[in-house]
Amino acid sequence: MAALFAILQVATLVLILVVLYRPLGDYMAHTFTARRHLGFERGIYRIIGVDPDSEQTWQAYLRGVLSFSLVSVLLLYLIQRLQAVLPYSLGFPAVPEGLSFNTAISFVTNTNWQSYSGDVTLGYTVQLLGLAVQNFVSAAVGIAVAIALVRGFARTSSGTLGNFWVDLIRGVFRLLLPLAAVAAIVLIIGGVVQNFAGFTDIITVSGGAQSIPGGPVASQEAIKQLGTNGGGFFNVNSAHPFENPTAWTNLFAIVLMTVIPFSLPRTFGRMVGSNKQGYAILGVMAGLFLVSLTFLSIFEANGAGTAPQLAGGAMEGKETRFGIFGSTLFATGSTITSTGAVNSMHDSYTALGGLMPMINMMLGEVAPGGVGSGLYSILILAIITVFIAGLLVGRTPEYLGKKIGTREIKLASLYILVMPVLVLVGTALSFAIPGVREDVESTSIWNPGIHGLSEVVYAFTSAANNNGSAFAGLTANTPWLNTALGAAMLLGRFLPIVFVLALAGALAAQDRVPATAGTLPTHRPLFAGLLAGVTVIVTALTFFPVLTLGPLAEGLL
Amino acid sequence: MASTRTAVRTYGVAARALLLFIVVLGIGYTAAITGIGQLALPAQANGSLVTNQDGDTVGSSLIGQSFADADGNPLPEYFQPRPSAAGDGYDAGASSGSNYGPENADLIAAIEDRRTQIAEFNGVSPEEIPADAVTASASGLDPHISPAYALLQVDRVAEARGIPVDEVRTLVEGNIQSPDLGYLGDPTVNVLQLNLALDATRG
Repeated sequence: MAALFAILQVATLVLILVVLYRPLGDYMAHTFTARRHLGFERGIYRIIGVDPDSEQTWQAYLRGVLSFSLVSVLLLYLIQRLQAVLPYSLGFPAVPEGLSFNTAISFVTNTNWQSYSGDVTLGYTVQLLGLAVQNFVSAAVGIAVAIALVRGFARTSSGTLGNFWVDLIRGVFRLLLPLAAVAAIVLIIGGVVQNFAGFTDIITVSGGAQSIPGGPVASQEAIKQLGTNGGGFFNVNSAHPFENPTAWTNLFAIVLMTVIPFSLPRTFGRMVGSNKQGYAILGVMAGLFLVSLTFLSIFEANGAGTAPQLAGGAMEGKETRFGIFGSTLFATGSTITSTGAVNSMHDSYTALGGLMPMINMMLGEVAPGGVGSGLYSILILAIITVFIAGLLVGRTPEYLGKKIGTREIKLASLYILVMPVLVLVGTALSFAIPGVREDVESTSIWNPGIHGLSEVVYAFTSAANNNGSAFAGLTANTPWLNTALGAAMLLGRFLPIVFVLALAGALAAQDRVPATAGTLPTHRPLFAGLLAGVTVIVTALTFFPVLTLGPLAEGLL
Repeated sequence: MASTRTAVRTYGVAARALLLFIVVLGIGYTAAITGIGQLALPAQANGSLVTNQDGDTVGSSLIGQSFADADGNPLPEYFQPRPSAAGDGYDAGASSGSNYGPENADLIAAIEDRRTQIAEFNGVSPEEIPADAVTASASGLDPHISPAYALLQVDRVAEARGIPVDEVRTLVEGNIQSPDLGYLGDPTVNVLQLNLALDATRG
């Protein structure tokens, strides 16, 4: 019965995503290719001072991305430091320096890692003017970069990639804002709170005292999922009944976090003039998603390990209303996109269950990945795949009519290297620097032994991939982790973006080479299979050693 | 120094764009959603608060609460919720899971303790106790327990209140919520609503 319900639930998710794939994908393609500006958009361009019809080189596009992100980090840092004097602070003091630094980077990079506890750290002003705004714009930045890369494939002999400010504004106002507004109201119907009441003190049935929290949660929650952000209003994120009150809001949240990334392959197919290319990418994403979901669900349903066996089921850190499968479906959706929201505590998962979210992130979050970042990540892997296939048969590789030459493959390789280096070096330094090691072991790590290593590996994996979920027992609000994870988030977001835009520039400048009999067709199952294989093998070769020391050791010993 | 001018110009655009987003998204969007929520869906938007038969607000139907005396001992006349890691238990201002890993010795000891205690408290054998009864939820505020754990408490509650067992069992069965749409999630029993219904039958 439980298995049948699980299959029905994932079938419902698949059905909704299938139905939305074409209309949403086509709408996004239209959004980013339409020549006409809407009336209010013209007003916005005048206010911010850009000519919306001017095209940008990849360097200018990158300058836009970086300057907007830098200004965002600085302002978000400032708002947190000034919390005490801002209105609606709920009496909370200024956020300390290290934590403000970490949180500012976290939300601007679309990571939404939370070193703090939302319940007791942030007032409404920081949540709204700081975090909610970044939930929208960091997502729109990701989509813009992905669209710029797609334009690189779509254009020929072009020196430009579009206009970052136009893509940003359209991404926010034509896509994210309308969807988030509808989603927020649906969430309120389900019971998510939306008020400015602060805490309501009540006397419970048995005469105790309870402070029921309030807050503008639904508006925040909608864009948190839709923008694959994941930063919760409350400490326990989507496990909190006021963020995720029912089993159906749970499924709705999963739809929100997956719908844009899963529809972007359609946008890609439309813009490069072949919907089949989009289906090939979609197939790889969906295949990896379903395989990963199956593994996690089986591990948690089996409930291996001393504590789950003793309890009679892996229910530690899970909510009754979601059950095992509502938890594993959410965890898969959240970590295989870049959302990083949690509705159950991954730290308390079975050893092999806890391994799966790590693997989802280590795949580079490509199945389907974050909004925008998932698409550009998998297109980089597609380039690596045609390169490897080209080596096998001894031909110059090409993808979508673009030659993958020295410059292209160098940029793709640099892209692929960034994340593993950040994860492995960050983890290694945490245990290699003498003073830091003591601090990590005595202050940060919550669960002793092997599981403690997993907590640190998970943290750096999450930060470098801009996911934001955690083995939350880890106390990350320390000078070392605030700084190191902050650096991992920053480099993990913007170095890849530099390489993607440079690559987009190189591709756009190329002419299109005609397909010949020797060209590898990239819309067939053969290519999709190769791409999935490359994705898994690159990940396995990179991370297998560290995983054997952590979750694999715990699960198999 | 054309490049410096370009850079300064770009930062100007970035700053103006961000300020515009703060006004429209941070303030405008939130205010609009709050307005709609407060006007059209006030009950949900304000936390699904519930009142007892005297009309006093006694909690939220979505947030679990403890049914214990001042010393933290469970009250036998009320159905008991799951263990909670939020503050000292069901502290709605400090949501939290335990975050204990599957091999954590403290968790293993806690599960053994809870099992013994619940078996004794309810006069049942330890093997009958379902997993949700001995594990802390993710939020520490889980308002639900499994139907199995609710039914296991029926005899104890009936005895403590001096009312027929069948009456309590009927009440529990009437409070079992089936999964959303028939298949999303697990069947649950809302502990606060069940206990309120119980108090209402008494009076």
